[in-house]
Amino acid sequence: MKGLFWRKLKDRLAFFLILILALLPALPLIHILYGILKQGLASLSWEFFVHLSRPPGEEGGGVGNAILGTVMLAVLASLMAVPVGVLCGVYLSEYARGKFGEVVRISADVLQGVPSIVLGIVAYLWVVKPMGHFSALSGAVALAIMMLPVIVRSTEEILKMIPETLREASLALGVNYWRTVLKVLIPTGLVGISTGILLSLARIMGETAPLLFTAFGNPFWNLNPLQPVEALPLTVFKYAISPYEEWIRQAWGASVVLTLMVLGLNLFSRFLAWRLGGHGR
Amino acid sequence: MAAETVVEPREPAIFDIRDLWAYYGEKPAIRSVTLKIPEKRVTAIMGPSGCGKTTFIRCLNRLHELTPGARVQGEILLRGENILEMDPVLVRRRVGMVFQRPNPFPTMTIYDNVLAGYKLLGIKLRREEADRIVEEALRKAALWDEVKDSLHKRGTYLSGGQQQRLCIARALAVKPEVLLMDEPTSALDPKSTAKIEELVVELKQSVTIVIVTHNIAQAGRVSDYTAFFYLGELVEFGPTSHLFTVPRDKRTEEFLKGKFG
Repeated sequence: MKGLFWRKLKDRLAFFLILILALLPALPLIHILYGILKQGLASLSWEFFVHLSRPPGEEGGGVGNAILGTVMLAVLASLMAVPVGVLCGVYLSEYARGKFGEVVRISADVLQGVPSIVLGIVAYLWVVKPMGHFSALSGAVALAIMMLPVIVRSTEEILKMIPETLREASLALGVNYWRTVLKVLIPTGLVGISTGILLSLARIMGETAPLLFTAFGNPFWNLNPLQPVEALPLTVFKYAISPYEEWIRQAWGASVVLTLMVLGLNLFSRFLAWRLGGHGR
Repeated sequence: MAAETVVEPREPAIFDIRDLWAYYGEKPAIRSVTLKIPEKRVTAIMGPSGCGKTTFIRCLNRLHELTPGARVQGEILLRGENILEMDPVLVRRRVGMVFQRPNPFPTMTIYDNVLAGYKLLGIKLRREEADRIVEEALRKAALWDEVKDSLHKRGTYLSGGQQQRLCIARALAVKPEVLLMDEPTSALDPKSTAKIEELVVELKQSVTIVIVTHNIAQAGRVSDYTAFFYLGELVEFGPTSHLFTVPRDKRTEEFLKGKFG
């Protein structure tokens, strides 16, 4: 019976080891959240959200232009990436048979692995150089390319989950394939497709590298997509490496805003996915 | 041999099928079927699993060819017109279908599900006309009394049997000439099954019905004519009362006695 005791003990030990290792991935996130909230919450105020930044040495000021810029970049990038990405996903799920579909699928997967700064260079060559100056548009192009693979693959997966009998129900009514896609498949998969779009947005909103030589940054308010625009990650980057204490404090504040935006998008898309999983349908 | 076991119906035929072959890749699932389907009657397609009965009716609205690698050979005349040479979309407007499992559109209300044949095609209806079509189709499908107060609830709220009748209403709403039913009760409980069977018998006044079933008793209860398929071939076709009492082919007789299937 002595053997049984040791076996039980080993079993317990193994369980605790696994538990600790499982908690490990959560630790950095908790640490990050704790750190930036502690450092950044102090600089949050009404002024911080609606004002422009002040020159170094002056108290106060905000990152209103960067928040607006980030939202504008996200909207512009979505306008480009969502239609292309969803249609590409539809193609892969509904029409792609054989080699060409496989090539598109692999391209999307490879695109997902391309370093974001490289996509910034691509947008620089495609948009900034021909235009002759930096612009929100070029930044949005870089971000849109980053969003594409996520939207394409999630749309494809969601549409593939829709039962074949639903397609047949529509086709048997004399509805052609394209209308079936548009009026039956996309509405049926809408929640899932939206989840993919939100996740891709969460992925790009915190990106700095693709914006460095595209959106570039702008200390003033700007709503013109053809002009350079500020964005939260750019603000954090510039302020955090600056020597001024006030700016560094604002970098912490901007980090809080950015993290909460991305976290919020992530949680919201999780919530949608959870509802898709059969709860509340 | 086939000539003597396949009887010509007395009634005028709506479908005249001549030497039909259907393939999945190189493998034929339907072998040289020649058959006339009488108008405004219920024709049952009966046979053991894998005999090609579902494949056969999926040829009649050209759904078969959607399967990758599938193709069809021969002639299927619908009132004298070969549907294999028509636009499949037009064929399916005239030949409706109800599937094994109820498949109402989950994003649509009961009302919109009935009108799906119009809505999905972008046909605009005036309010009164839409209301009339919905009520008429639901009445025909014996569902009106159960759902008239919840027309704007999702179709997926209904029970399985009600969903299947909703699918029947959806198919009837576009006023097809033929209604194909692919084992419409195989996913339903006995009570819902009885309701659908009653409905089938009633519906033949206005529409031709071709119903696939592997349930011999069901074929006996609802159909005027029965076709018995075995291994992709049409073994025997004739009035149900004849085929059930004096089958001419030995295989039909054995199937009816429950020796296989």
